[in-house]
Formats: sequence, C-alpha cells, structure tokens
Amino acid sequence: MKSKTIRRWSFIHTWTSLICTVFLLMLALTGLPLIFHHEIDHLLGNEPELKQMPADTPQLNLEQLVAKAQAHRPGEAMQYLAWDEDDKNGVIAIMAATAGTEPNSSHTFMLDARTGEAVETPSANGGLTMFLLRLHVDMFAGLPGKLLLAFMGILFVLAIISGTVLYLPFMRRLKFATVRQDKSTRLRWLDLHNLIGVVTLTWALVVGVTGVISACADLIIAAWRTDSLSAMIEPYKNAPPLTLRAPATDLLKIAEKAAPGMEPDFIAFPGTRFSSEHHYAVFMKGSTHLTSHLLTPVLIDAGNLSVTAIAARPWYMDAMGMSQPLHFGDYGGMPMKILWAVLDVLTIIVLGSGVYLWLVRRKAAKS
Amino acid sequence: MKPRQSNFWKVFGIPLGIGLLSAAGLFAALLGDGFWDSLSWIGLGIPAVIGVLGLARRRS
Repeated sequence: MKSKTIRRWSFIHTWTSLICTVFLLMLALTGLPLIFHHEIDHLLGNEPELKQMPADTPQLNLEQLVAKAQAHRPGEAMQYLAWDEDDKNGVIAIMAATAGTEPNSSHTFMLDARTGEAVETPSANGGLTMFLLRLHVDMFAGLPGKLLLAFMGILFVLAIISGTVLYLPFMRRLKFATVRQDKSTRLRWLDLHNLIGVVTLTWALVVGVTGVISACADLIIAAWRTDSLSAMIEPYKNAPPLTLRAPATDLLKIAEKAAPGMEPDFIAFPGTRFSSEHHYAVFMKGSTHLTSHLLTPVLIDAGNLSVTAIAARPWYMDAMGMSQPLHFGDYGGMPMKILWAVLDVLTIIVLGSGVYLWLVRRKAAKS
Repeated sequence: MKPRQSNFWKVFGIPLGIGLLSAAGLFAALLGDGFWDSLSWIGLGIPAVIGVLGLARRRS
C-alpha cells in the first residue's frame, strides 16, 4: 500500500470514528444494561407474575379479553394484543387515547387470559430500563433522533471498514495478537486497538448494521404502508368509517386458516399503523426457529370478519424482523447475553483507545 | 505482486478465520436451541476471549 493511500484511509478512519464516537459510547453504555433488561426488570419487581391456577384453567376468548381491557381503561382505544413469551396465560394489551396514537404515548399492561384480570407492567411504560431504551433508540428526540443515530451507525460501519484496511500496513511486520508491552503506552494501546478491533469486527459490523436497520424502522413501516398495505385496502378507500367493530373472538382461528402452519404473534386493531381503518391485522410468524422472526399479516375485515388479504412480506420487513435478534443478542440464552456484554465492553475499549491514540498523536504533531 | 499477496494472508488469515467463526456463531443460534446455541457460544466466545486475554496480558 502506498503511503498516500494509507494517509487517505487514515483520514477516513480518523474522522468517521471521531464524529460517531460520542454517540457510539452512549449507545454502547446504554446498550450494556439493556442486554439484561429482562433480568433487571425482574429484580426491580417491574415484571408481573400471574397468579398460580390449575394448569387446565380455561382461557377467556379474545373479545372477552378486549372487554376486560376496556373496562380497565375506559374511554381508550385498543391498539394491539400480543402473547407473552414466558407465560402462555399472559396477554399483552396496548391501549391509547386513539388507535392512531404514537407508540410512546401508549399504555402497555398484561391481561391474565384465564380471568381477564389486568396486571400492570411498569417496565413497559417507564422506569429505568425504559429510560435507557429511549436514550438508546432516539435520545428522546423522536424520528430526528433515530435518524441521527442511524447516520452515526453508518459512520461507525465506515470506521470499521477503514480500520480494517489500515490493519494491513500496521500489522505487516507483526505476528497476530502481538501487543508490544515494553516500548510505550501508546504502542501498547495501538496494538490493543488493532487486536480487539479486528477480532470483534464481525460482531460489531452485525450489531452496527442491524442497529441502523432498526433505527430506520419508522421509515420501513411507512414504506410498507404505502407499498403493500395501501394496495390491499384499495377497495376500502371510499368506504364509510367503521362504526361497529365485529367481535375479536375468532380472529386467531380465521388467521390460522388463512395462513396454515403459522402462529399468531400479535393483533393490530383497526386504525393503528400496522393495520387499516377497516381491518384487524393478525401478524402471523413462522413456526420454525428461523422463520419465527418473519411476520406475515393477515388482514381481516373488521366489519364482517372476511379475509381481505394475506399480505406478501416485502424484503425490507424481513430485514427488519431479522435485525432484532441480531441486534439484541437475546436468541442464544444467558451465555450469549454475557458474550454480548463482553463484546460490548471490548467495543467501548476500542472506541476509548481510538480517542486516546488520536489525542496522543495530535499532541506529538503539535510539539 | 507475489510478496504482497502473501503479506495479505499473513496479516488477515487468522482475523478472517475468527470473523467467519463469529459469523457462523451469530447465525447458528437463529436456527435452533440447545446444540445450535452452544455453537454460537463458541463462535462468539473466541473473539471475546482473545480480546480479554490481550488486555489482561501485562509485561512480565
């Protein structure tokens, strides 16, 4: 590599990383506890436990549950129903002032599917982990915050690529994993920066890219609404507003018949951003491990319960679905979470040593 | 051209192997539980251990 080429890549590496470092440090620091948010919420007592009841206690039907939810929060609109992953008797309900209310103003709670008793889930509405999550997702700045972080994520990816290119000239005369201990502090940290940077490369790229995709979720959902949803609900364009919602009782049966072999993940009620003004959308997930992250919506007419369409999944919705586990690190048990945390701390060290190396070099250049 | 190429593999050979193992680990746990999860622990454990060892090693 010519020295001019090295200088160019070095310039790219320095500036892409310097610009994104503060944000990446914030993301890595808030992300660290978020890896364990389940465990933390459990310890804080913010996650509800449902009552012990005989195992064969029958469950209420969906419309009965909706009625219980509405009795719990009178005057509010039902937005979503979902199923708890840990407890099959837990049904998560999300309600808000109107169906179209933005997600951060919604209220999430849990219903006991056997009794319809409402149980509050403080961790889904506020508290420490929610505060960290909002910082991590949009810094309390809504869409502009998300897009800014997405841009920082792209700079991070560029910094990783340029760093990898520079690894070659730096390591040409050194054996892999050489850390020169006795020359100077700067050299030791330069070698550590190179070593840790290059071994965590794949993980950091995957978490970085999936983070950028997740940060663009609002745009992806908006694209889905204009691309695919609007075509499916075309016949309803001039239909009068829905006045009487048909009962939700049989939604799962209808959806399972329309999409055989799939399992329900959540139901979007009419008027939410995952549905139309005239439809229930039952989001079905695949039944294998891999396809359980891919969602297929079944649109069901909320007036007469006929199936309007089984939506095709555009590639970008699949990309968004697959990004979530790969970003959160929650798909391989506790050992994976711990490794995720170790790799996160190593990334913090790469970021910190990068700033240190830049400061030392700048000081040297000045004097 | 020749010395340059051997340089490339000398420098990037091991990192590339680690990268591929990490990628396989990240993917493995998406496919199933149990056995697949443990594959992911190996794949991600290798970079984590090398990184931590590098930090822990001090001048003797």
